[in-house]
Amino acid sequence: MTWVRGGGLTTLLFLVPLLFAFGAFSWYPIVRTVTMSLQHTNLVQPATWVGFQNFSRVWHDPLFPVAVRNTAYFAGLALVFGYPIPLAAAVLMSEVRKRRGIYSALAYLPVVIPPVVAVLLWKTFYDASTTGAFNTILGWIHLGPYPWLQSQQWAMPSLVLESTWANAGGTVIIYLAALTSVRTELYEAAAVDGAGVWRKVWNVTLPQMRGILLVTMILQIIGTAQVFLEPYLFTSGGPANATLTVLLLIYNYAFGNSLGGDYGMATALSLMLAGFLTVFSLIYLRATRSWSTE
Amino acid sequence: MKSTRVATTVAAASLLALSAGLVASSAAGSTGSGKTVTISVVSLIPGSTSAAVQQFNDQVAEFEKANPTIKVKPVEYQWTAPTFAAKLAAGTLPTVFEVPFTDARSLGDNGQLADITSYVKKLPYFSKYNPAVLAEGTDSKGQIVALPKGAYAQALHYNRDLFKEAGLDPNKPPTTWGQVRADAKQITQQTGKPGYVEMAKDDNTAGWILTTLVYALGGRMETGIGTKAKATLDNPQTIQALNMLKAMRWTDNSMGADFDYGWSDINQAFAAGTVGMYISGSDVYTNLVQASNIDPSIYGIAPIPLANNKNAGVLGGGTLAGVRPDANAATKAAAVKWIDYYYEQPLISKTQAVRNAQTLAENKQPVGVPALPIFNKAQYDLANTWIKPYINVPLAQMKPFLTGIFKQTLIPEPEASTQSVYHALDAVVEAVLTNKNTNVVQMLQQANATAQTAIEQGS
Repeated sequence: MTWVRGGGLTTLLFLVPLLFAFGAFSWYPIVRTVTMSLQHTNLVQPATWVGFQNFSRVWHDPLFPVAVRNTAYFAGLALVFGYPIPLAAAVLMSEVRKRRGIYSALAYLPVVIPPVVAVLLWKTFYDASTTGAFNTILGWIHLGPYPWLQSQQWAMPSLVLESTWANAGGTVIIYLAALTSVRTELYEAAAVDGAGVWRKVWNVTLPQMRGILLVTMILQIIGTAQVFLEPYLFTSGGPANATLTVLLLIYNYAFGNSLGGDYGMATALSLMLAGFLTVFSLIYLRATRSWSTE
Repeated sequence: MKSTRVATTVAAASLLALSAGLVASSAAGSTGSGKTVTISVVSLIPGSTSAAVQQFNDQVAEFEKANPTIKVKPVEYQWTAPTFAAKLAAGTLPTVFEVPFTDARSLGDNGQLADITSYVKKLPYFSKYNPAVLAEGTDSKGQIVALPKGAYAQALHYNRDLFKEAGLDPNKPPTTWGQVRADAKQITQQTGKPGYVEMAKDDNTAGWILTTLVYALGGRMETGIGTKAKATLDNPQTIQALNMLKAMRWTDNSMGADFDYGWSDINQAFAAGTVGMYISGSDVYTNLVQASNIDPSIYGIAPIPLANNKNAGVLGGGTLAGVRPDANAATKAAAVKWIDYYYEQPLISKTQAVRNAQTLAENKQPVGVPALPIFNKAQYDLANTWIKPYINVPLAQMKPFLTGIFKQTLIPEPEASTQSVYHALDAVVEAVLTNKNTNVVQMLQQANATAQTAIEQGS
């Protein structure tokens, strides 16, 4: 009774919609995913239990190693090229004295554009003929024309380029905020020791930001491991499966067959990806525990 | 204070529960008041012009006037492999929807199409159906699950203006594959535009067109039927077709720079006048007008060149109209009435054919687009005379196809796991067009293994 007196019922009342929303749209689908991965089902006829057969079929699918390799390639390229860019941009922007706000707005603008619109826009830019937008511009400095999405070598880097452009802005804003917490007396101390700009960034800025840097790194890896939009809209996994990623393979299992998808295989691969990312995150957090500021 | 808070909380909770209950009961579904049956029907491809939409609505209004107990709700929908499966599973497909020949039988066997045999047999013209075409909509138990809406054969579409510009005679389209290659090269050299383009998207269209080429050279993708069929994707004609594409792409450079055309994009590119020739169904002129506003004077259509081989033929396909599996008797009856009115009557009844043609012509939609007979040939010729005064497509420009097609052997698409066979070939076509050093034989063998597995699993 004291619980009710203390306002427990009101709390419960506010909790119910939240529980309902999460339950219906987050937790129940996860439970269904686990169930379906152990079944053979096409959602129209009754399901049959098949144990771990779906996992085994995914493992032996010739497209599975292709998808894993391509996803690792995308994540790797994004890490090597896409990860330092927001950091460099933020460091440069923090040095600007006047009108810093304009640069932040410009950096964030690509994030505001809806992802599908951005991809379709870039798809026209990536037109491989000599009259394509990028090929025309590069033609002015006697470069190209490049095949962009029409080549198995160029397709994935093209995807990474657009993805970096579209997503860097959010991270730039986060880094700008983190940079304000760097103690300025450290810079003065470094200047006294004769450090130039590069040494200052390497020895003062980065170590002070390592907490946030580690978090954005793991978030980027988890995000890029689940890339779907760019491969689906740009190339549909082509050319010749050069941009087939794990999420796109899941989509193809579930929706690629007009006679009804293999939802068992799709959910099995989803669980495998989730399991891998969980294990990876645990190892990562363990390994970086001593480096973080906590 | 505390007691009012408890009271307010209880009141709010009961209000929530009440409104939730009301929402639930109204969402339980209403099938209409009295005796009216409401059916949703697939109308046009999304993105169709407003004139096309208008003519469809005119036809709906006419149907509802003739059948006051049936209400028709048009739904724009275009069949694609991913969306169809998802909508089918979610139950959001319209009551009447269209499926290609390749899928109807399997869908019927899987219980994903309603059995409409009894309603269909009552149709007065039932005996006039071309048995081969009707068989495409009959499942393995002999139940009719879909009625044919239209049949097509693959054709070579070419841009007459680009032919003229390149110094070729637009009334003499290529009749051999050697000529196709030479003409494509000439178009590229004289106009700078790709002379020949081909669908190469990962959505099964790449495999579909490659199969067309292989049939034209005399090859087949399968032997046998059902789950006992044997995949023969790596036959010599497939290798020959891919080498031909390789030569046009890498030696002649006559295929342009874009290799991810799907069914819609290639139509768009052609209508925009940027490509010389391509292969697609003989009925695409409707889409070229409705979705891409093509200038009719540039359009030419010719039969696919066939090799000098007794097995060479032209791939034929078609579309059927089926009914949702969960439709009750009243809905099925209404659905078959609509299918009869909208799809079949224009081909079998003079008044309806004329009225249909009139409505289309008034809204400036194409009348007289080349199609293949779904009843017998006599009926087909007769129906064409009925609509002759309304034909507004450039028939003279279509002469090569109209005279040539009936001399060619029509071959149905691979019977077992058609879409999976096409999908296995997609990657091979893409590889040949994007990588000069593709090992064609090895890729074909892998594709064959994938297709064989799909056939054995019945998917």
